[in-house]
Amino acid sequence: MAIAVEFQDVVKRFPGAGYNALDHVNLKIEEGELLTILGTSGCGKTTLIKLINRIHEADEGNIYLSGTNIKDIEPITLRRGIGYVIQQIGLFPHMTIYDNIATVPRILKWDKDKINQRVTELLEMVNLPPEEFKDRYPGQLSGGQQQRIGLIRALAANPKIMLLDEPFGAIDAINRSNLQDELLKIHRQSRKTFVFVTHDITEAMKLGTKVLIMDQGKIQQYGTPGEIIEKPANAFVESLISSGHVDTNYVRNGEGI
Amino acid sequence: MIAYFLKYYDRLFLALLEHVEIVLFTLVISILLASVITILIYRNETLGNLIVQIFGAVYSIPSLALFALLIPITGLGEKTAILVLVLYNQFLLIRNFLAGLENVNPSIVEAAYGMGMSNIQVLTKIQIPLAAPLIIAGIRLSTISTIGIATIAATINAGGLGNLLFDGMRTMNTYKILWGTIFCAVIAFLADDALKRIEDFIQKKVGVKK
Amino acid sequence: MTRLGEYFATHWMDYIWNILRHLEISAISVAFAMIIAIPLGILSTRCHIVEKISVKFWGMLRIIPSVAILIVCIPIIGTGIVPAVVALTILAIPPILINTTQAFKQLPESIVEAAVGMGMNPREVFFQIKVPLAFPIVFTGIRTAIVEVVASATLAAYIGAGGLGEIILTGLGLMRNDLLWLGGITVAVVSLGTGYLLNCIYKQATKYQRV
Repeated sequence: MAIAVEFQDVVKRFPGAGYNALDHVNLKIEEGELLTILGTSGCGKTTLIKLINRIHEADEGNIYLSGTNIKDIEPITLRRGIGYVIQQIGLFPHMTIYDNIATVPRILKWDKDKINQRVTELLEMVNLPPEEFKDRYPGQLSGGQQQRIGLIRALAANPKIMLLDEPFGAIDAINRSNLQDELLKIHRQSRKTFVFVTHDITEAMKLGTKVLIMDQGKIQQYGTPGEIIEKPANAFVESLISSGHVDTNYVRNGEGI
Repeated sequence: MIAYFLKYYDRLFLALLEHVEIVLFTLVISILLASVITILIYRNETLGNLIVQIFGAVYSIPSLALFALLIPITGLGEKTAILVLVLYNQFLLIRNFLAGLENVNPSIVEAAYGMGMSNIQVLTKIQIPLAAPLIIAGIRLSTISTIGIATIAATINAGGLGNLLFDGMRTMNTYKILWGTIFCAVIAFLADDALKRIEDFIQKKVGVKK
Repeated sequence: MTRLGEYFATHWMDYIWNILRHLEISAISVAFAMIIAIPLGILSTRCHIVEKISVKFWGMLRIIPSVAILIVCIPIIGTGIVPAVVALTILAIPPILINTTQAFKQLPESIVEAAVGMGMNPREVFFQIKVPLAFPIVFTGIRTAIVEVVASATLAAYIGAGGLGEIILTGLGLMRNDLLWLGGITVAVVSLGTGYLLNCIYKQATKYQRV
C-alpha cells in the first residue's frame, strides 16, 4: 500500500510553551485512508496537519508527501496540491459561490470549460443545484451549506490529499450528522487520502478508517476504530473511550480500501 | 515672535474672546434646538432618518457657500455666522442624539414601560442617561466643528480668530498668521480634551465601555 | 436677475473654469492623500509604533481648523495652487489613513488563513482577498476626505488658487447678492452631486453585503 504522508521523528516547539507541541512523532498514513486525529485541545493534532501544508515548519525531523520531502517543495506549490478545510470555513464573502470554488483551478490556469464542468459536478455531488447556487454569495447560505461549499472548494483542483481541521465544529448537531454522511460518501467515491482533526470521539469513530489518538504532542494509539475500542493501548485511551459516548453502530470498520 | 505677542497680546486675546463667545453662544442654541427636534422625532425611525439626511445634505455644503446663500437675507456679521453654525451643528447633534437613544437596550426600555413609567419618565430617567456617552460625543464633534467654521466666519465680518489669520494673510504678517494658528489649535485641543474626559467619565458611570 | 444674465454673458468662461479648477484641486489633493495615506495605513497594521505615531499626529491635525492649516502654509510656500493643494492634502490624509488602518485590521483571520492554506501567494492574497474586503471601509474614508476637500477647496480662492470660492469672494467684495447666490448654489450642487455619486459607487461595490 502506497504511503501518502510520512512523519519521521518530527518535533515542533512553540516559543514560551512548557512542552513540545509535537514530540518525536512517527507516523505513516496510507493512501486512500480517512485518518481521524482525536485529542483534547493542545494535544498537537492541529499542529500536525499544519505541518503537512507547511503553515508551520517542523523544528526537527522530516515529513514526506508521496515519498518527497516537503522541505523540497515550494510551500505555495505544495498547498495548491492539498485541499484545506478549516472550522470557520473561510469562504470569500465578496465572491460568488462559483468564484470561490474556482479559486485554485484558476490559479492553476485551468481552461474555462474545464472549470465550469468541475464546479457543476462538485455542486451536484453535494446536492446543491448548480444553476441555483453558483451565482449566490456566501452570505446567502446557511452554515451547513457554507461548509459543504468549503469542502468542495478544497476538492476543486483534485488534490491528492485533504486536510480538515475540525471542519464541522461550528455546525449544529443535525447538520453535522448530515455533513459527516456526505463526507463519508465523498471519501468512498474519490478514494483520496483524508486527514481529519476532531475532538469529538463519536465523529472520530464514525468517519475514520484509521484513528490517531494524541495527547501532549505524543501519539497514544494508532489503529482502526475497532482496534482502539477493543484494545486500548493505555489508560489515557481507555478513559477517552469510556468517557465518550461511542455508539458501536456508528463505528467505521474494516472497509476495504 | 515672542516680541509680537508681548506687543499685541490685547488684540490676540480680543480675537480669542470673540471667537469663544461665538462658539459658546452657538453651542447653547444648537444643543437646545437639537434636543427639541430629537424629542419630537425620536419615536419615529423613518422621520428620524429623513431629518438626519436633510441636515446631512446641509452639512455637506461648504460653509462659505452657505454664508454666501444667507448673506443676502440676513446680512453680514455675527447673526449670519451663528445661524449657519447652528444649522451645521444640527446634523452632528441630532444624528448622535438619535443614535444614542437607539442604542439603549430595548429590553431595558420595555421593562421601564412595563413598570408603568410614562413616556417622559422613561426618557429622562432611562433613555437619556444611557444615551449620554453618544450625546456627549455629538457635542464634542459639533464643538470642534464650530470652532473650525467660526474661523471662516471672520470673512463675513463676524470677528474671532479668523480675523488674525485673514488680516495676517492680507498684510503678509507671518507672526499674526502664526499666532492666529496657535490660538486656534490650542482652543481646539483644549475643548476636545476636556470633552473627551467628560465622555470617558460618563461612559464609566453608565457602565457601557465601548 | 438681469445682472446675473449679464454676468454669464461676459464671464461664463470664468465660471466654467472655476468649476473645473475647483474639481481639479480637489482631485489632485485627494489623489496625493491616497498615495500617502493608504500605504501608511497598511504599514500601520504591520508595525505598532508607526500606528501609534500616525494616529496621534494626524488625529491632532484633524482638530485644527482647516482654514488655519490653509493659511499657515502661505508664509512657508506662498500663494496659489501649491499651498492650496498641500493644505488640502494634509486635510484629506487623516480620514483615509484611519480608515485604511481599521479596514486592514478587521479582516477576518479565518478568511486569510483559508486563502493561504489554499496555496495563494502573498501577492494573490493581498490583491484578491485583502484589498476587496478592505475596500468598503477604505472607500468610506476616501469619501469623507473628498467631501471635506471639496468643501474646503472653496477657501482655496482666498489664497489665490481659484475655484468656486472665487465667485463668492467677488460677490462679497462687490456686494453683489446675485454672485453670492450663484457661487453658493453652484458649490452646493457640486458638493451634493459629488457626495451622491460616491454613494452610488459605494453601493455598487458592496452589493454582496446586502444580499
